[in-house]
Amino acid sequence: MAEAMGFFTDTTICIGCKACEVACKSWNQLPARDGGAPQLTGLSYDNTAKLDGIHWRHVAFIEQFDQPYDGRWLMMSDVCKHCVQAGCLEVCPTGAIIRTEFDTVVIQSDVCNGCRACIAACPFGVIDVNPVAGTAQKCTLCYDRISEGLEPACSKACPTDSIQFGTVAELRERARGRVRQLHADGQEDAYLYGADPDGPLGGLNAFFLLVDDPHVYGLPREPELPSARLAGSSFFGAVGAAVLAILGVVGLRKRRMDELASEPAVPAEGEP
Amino acid sequence: MGSNMAECHPVAYRWPMRAKMNGATLIHVDPRFTRTSATCDIHAPIRAGSDIAFLGGLINHVLASDRWNREPFFREYVATYTNAATLIGEEFEDTEDLDGVFSGLMEYRDEGVWDYDAFLGEYDDRSWQYAGRSESPDYSVGRPAETIMSGEVDSDGGFEAMLRAGRPPAPMTDPTLEHPRTVFQLVKRHFSRYTPEMVERVTGCPREKFLAVADAILENSGPDRTTAFAYAVAWTQHTNGVQTIGCCALLQLLLGNFGRPGGGIMALRGHAAIQGSTDVPTLYHSIHGYMSAPSVRKPHETLRSYLAEETPASGYWANKPKFLVSYLKSMYGDAATPENDFGWDWHPKILGDHSHMATFSAMADGKVEGMFCVGQNPATSLNATVEREGLRKLKWLVVKDNWLTETATYWYAAPEVESGEVGAEDIETEVFFFPSTQIAEYDGSFTNTQRMLQWHYKAKDPPGDCRTDTWFYHQLAKRLKAMYADSLLPRDQGIRNLTWDFDPDEPISPPGEPSAEKMLREINGYHTGAPDRHLTGFAELAADGSTTCASWIYCGCYPSPHENLTANRSPDPPGVPGAHLGWGWAWPANRRVLYNRASADPSGRPWSERKRWVWWDESEGRWVGYDVPDFALTKAPGAAADPGGIGLDALSGTDPFIMMSDGKGWLYVAKGLADGPLPTHYEPAESPVRNPIYAGQQSSPVFKFWRRGEADNALASVGDPRYPHVITTYRLTEHYLAGAMSRWLPWLSELQPELFIELGTELAAEKGIDSLDMVRISTPRGSIRARALVTDRIGAMMIDGRRIHHVGMPWHWGWMGLVRGDVVNTLTALVGDPNVSIHEGKAFVCEVEKA
Amino acid sequence: MSVTRREFLRVSTGAGTATALGGLVGLGANLGPARARAQELRIRDTTTVPSICPFCSVGCATLIHVKDGEIVNIEGDPRSPHNAGTLCPKGAAIYQLHYNPNRPTKVLHREPGAREWEEWDLERAMDRVAELFGETRDDTFIEMLPDGKRAMCTTSVFALGGATLDNEFNHIAQKLMRGMGVVPIENQARI
Repeated sequence: MAEAMGFFTDTTICIGCKACEVACKSWNQLPARDGGAPQLTGLSYDNTAKLDGIHWRHVAFIEQFDQPYDGRWLMMSDVCKHCVQAGCLEVCPTGAIIRTEFDTVVIQSDVCNGCRACIAACPFGVIDVNPVAGTAQKCTLCYDRISEGLEPACSKACPTDSIQFGTVAELRERARGRVRQLHADGQEDAYLYGADPDGPLGGLNAFFLLVDDPHVYGLPREPELPSARLAGSSFFGAVGAAVLAILGVVGLRKRRMDELASEPAVPAEGEP
Repeated sequence: MGSNMAECHPVAYRWPMRAKMNGATLIHVDPRFTRTSATCDIHAPIRAGSDIAFLGGLINHVLASDRWNREPFFREYVATYTNAATLIGEEFEDTEDLDGVFSGLMEYRDEGVWDYDAFLGEYDDRSWQYAGRSESPDYSVGRPAETIMSGEVDSDGGFEAMLRAGRPPAPMTDPTLEHPRTVFQLVKRHFSRYTPEMVERVTGCPREKFLAVADAILENSGPDRTTAFAYAVAWTQHTNGVQTIGCCALLQLLLGNFGRPGGGIMALRGHAAIQGSTDVPTLYHSIHGYMSAPSVRKPHETLRSYLAEETPASGYWANKPKFLVSYLKSMYGDAATPENDFGWDWHPKILGDHSHMATFSAMADGKVEGMFCVGQNPATSLNATVEREGLRKLKWLVVKDNWLTETATYWYAAPEVESGEVGAEDIETEVFFFPSTQIAEYDGSFTNTQRMLQWHYKAKDPPGDCRTDTWFYHQLAKRLKAMYADSLLPRDQGIRNLTWDFDPDEPISPPGEPSAEKMLREINGYHTGAPDRHLTGFAELAADGSTTCASWIYCGCYPSPHENLTANRSPDPPGVPGAHLGWGWAWPANRRVLYNRASADPSGRPWSERKRWVWWDESEGRWVGYDVPDFALTKAPGAAADPGGIGLDALSGTDPFIMMSDGKGWLYVAKGLADGPLPTHYEPAESPVRNPIYAGQQSSPVFKFWRRGEADNALASVGDPRYPHVITTYRLTEHYLAGAMSRWLPWLSELQPELFIELGTELAAEKGIDSLDMVRISTPRGSIRARALVTDRIGAMMIDGRRIHHVGMPWHWGWMGLVRGDVVNTLTALVGDPNVSIHEGKAFVCEVEKA
Repeated sequence: MSVTRREFLRVSTGAGTATALGGLVGLGANLGPARARAQELRIRDTTTVPSICPFCSVGCATLIHVKDGEIVNIEGDPRSPHNAGTLCPKGAAIYQLHYNPNRPTKVLHREPGAREWEEWDLERAMDRVAELFGETRDDTFIEMLPDGKRAMCTTSVFALGGATLDNEFNHIAQKLMRGMGVVPIENQARI
């Protein structure tokens, strides 16, 4: 396996320009919602509202003001986390969702049968059906580009380098340095979300530098795998019969993933 | 200030963000808390239209500060490089003396030539002049008119002798800056009332915030630190926009922030080629390279009288005869000869103000028959109701665009037609729509906001009947040239003799497309009669007709048929100071920092190692550095001015501002401005408050107001209770201008799908408005609807003891496109700056109510 | 200064568009590290054409990837000292300026008083525009003011636009207008 690749999104330097959203759409040729004419959401400057099958990057805007002109406006470009232990992959009945040699999680559209299991399984609400393709879609971490040694479209476009692409190891190192810098500058609320390999889901290959509670950004505090929620009735309540039918394979896949996690990485040819 | 850089120039904002990571302090002074404010260290909210009060406060604070008076750098820079030491004549009276106006104010002198100049009043600037110069009949340059006209014709057209004869005496100075008539003392006194308390009263910015900004700017200026200002149209779109920028220039000169890396004032311009369209002016008031358009209102009857009027004897502009004659050669080619004043009589003269608002005002009065509209969308422009009234009165209209704009469709889809108020059948305009090419479908150059020309190449053929915009004028010109080819009428000699050599040597697809290289060649210039011998720089220009060059400032961008420097794409390697001289080509002469001789001290040494940029190399006997030196290359720092010389000879080795006649940065502008030699806070044309600074003068006494009766261009009176709120207009990152290039693109339109108004929580509660409610916004010109976005990013401010609500609207919408909305410019008025006729779209008053 | 991985990647975007795909195979469903099904890189075997973003004044450099006469991708030029390969959302949407079902490609003409457009031939439209321009200009030309000052102009034709267009356009537009004596010449720099 090649080195794990991922994103480090430093929200403290995001200017909310949404270049990532459009660059992603341009590269992946994704359609716009409602033909490009949806309604205003009223959610600050956010009108795409969430990640889904045609929005593989989404910029959240959070206004935090005590009184007029006195506060802060947080912006954060959200994306698939490419979890080390990926719920979507765990539940996919067709094997359409794979872990690539870059340790990223990719849905192969031509294998996906649109069963929607992964949509419910993702603890971050990343995946949805692309109505044009009729299959579940999400960020591929530009698998086609990184396979050729190119940077993903969103991070390449990002004007302030709020989105950075690289090996997860290097990104983690850089991110920790950035947190130290921010702490030294007095911004003590800065912390990393998902950068800890011992943390939830074995760490997120796309992780974030945040300055407030994850909930503020629409992120779960304790993201969980579907297998960890098997006992929870909410999971059954939330997902349809189609999901129930495939749950049988989840346990098997979960074991296989755990085994994989302990296997040594295999160097891949053509490592970029 | 005056810019929302993160939203409107997001990619350029990469660099301030990087500077911030390296420890720089970013400050945003703005009425709204925007995406820029969100990433700055300090956001200082001010009421729209109060920028001069804020800047004046900074000037006052700087001059009174311990740091400015203690650090020798400031005084040395100011005393040597600016006109601080120059004495102003006793006749000058300041706003401090005359309660808000300068000496020389009078009624506007309507000469009866043109009805759309629209000045409220006018200044006679004779009393503003440098001491000893105001008595002269030709006070501007201090030379008697008869001397100017008597020069004998020599090899340089006699123009040098003309200038030499008219050279003004050197200005009187007091290098100690103590004399009460020095510019320095006048400036100090003028700004003395701009105290932090006054700043708070006028702008609404809390005193502590203002002081935090002032201290940060002061601390970050000096020999090894510089402060830069970035502004955009939020500084220009006012009835005193030019003075606002001038006020910042004054501050930056006092802080020694010009000509140095990381300093200056950056105009963040709005369009890909807007700098180019100002340099290569599709603007009525100027011809190529910032020369004044010939005018019937000035002594421009002959080439010689034009040059006598327009050419200062000292400074680099003394070369204007070479620029102008070369320009005329580019127009009329071989037909332009010394005997016929190079075709001067054929060149049109302007009658007065033919700017956007003036012309639309004339059009609405039925005085314009035809219009070419290329890549612009005036149906949604200023006081849009009046603009469309004008469009309806046209006999013919040509729209050349990539999209069916509001201007192309006003006759069937405008609100007044949709509502039945106007019938399409009653609109007697013949309308043409020609589809255009997109960027990847043709060759050419843009000049970006850094004055840098960058070439782009064609990647594919355009579809259908889409043609370049140059194709259109090229084909039109060929038809017209044929039409007038045999005319002997004097009026037709201009078009008959106009050179038109743009057919490509090798055919370009689709057929009939002109050669972009040949156009650039004509702009760059070449030796007359030898188009292959391109000019390599403006030093080669001559005033005898031996060179042809449309734009002297672009001369050198295409120095040989094989070297189009605008296409250069060789950046500096990482780790060097980064002038990137091999990337693109910046005018003039590929200089990246203007007036960069000021980056060295008077003796020619860098002010500091950290801010080293251009310096004097004693051993080589020339100026060297990271950039192209903006100075006479071998003039030593110690060189004295030649008292009898003209041009650069008249300037010394310590006069960095070579385009100015005295080589100095002007703190005080004796000549060239319509509204005063020093910036003064005036209220916008519409304001909820009386001017707190000068009770005697509410607004600029000379701004432009196209009076069109109560019906269609009325202004609210001061404090009109029917329009109590301040409103400002702006752009969003996700859209572009009037929306033609963004509202048809699903990827962009979904990001901001509807027109909205941002209003504060307090006002919203008062009016019972929730986010997403439809609200009605009204001004005396009209009313529109939009959805509410209730936010604390905008709100009420305490202005002179009153709580004033501030609201804001992006203006990208219209009735065409995937996403549609009301036209925000329905609300704006035809009022403008007296120097440049730019409208006041950034500060006016309105009412907001739930619809 | 060492070249970081990010810089390497950015540079390689400009230089390495024709890299061979190198044995990518689709492995199908597999829980282990796998290669996704071979996705042909769109910019493989394309011609790269340097261009500039047509939106704001920053002048971001772009690279246009062309295959068989059509654009397959547009992205930032990593070499540019202005944008270093980055773009804003508008710059990232340039592709959609070109390929868009709403893009008009026909010449349209509207007779005075008409309620509909009519498609016109390009040459016919140009001839008619030249005729109208010439007529208006000749009818409204001011050679001299009453006081005898030479004006040589018309104020009855308005030439608007230029800030979104090339320097070359601006040059020939103002040249033709001034050649014809038109003095109201304006662009967006004013407003």
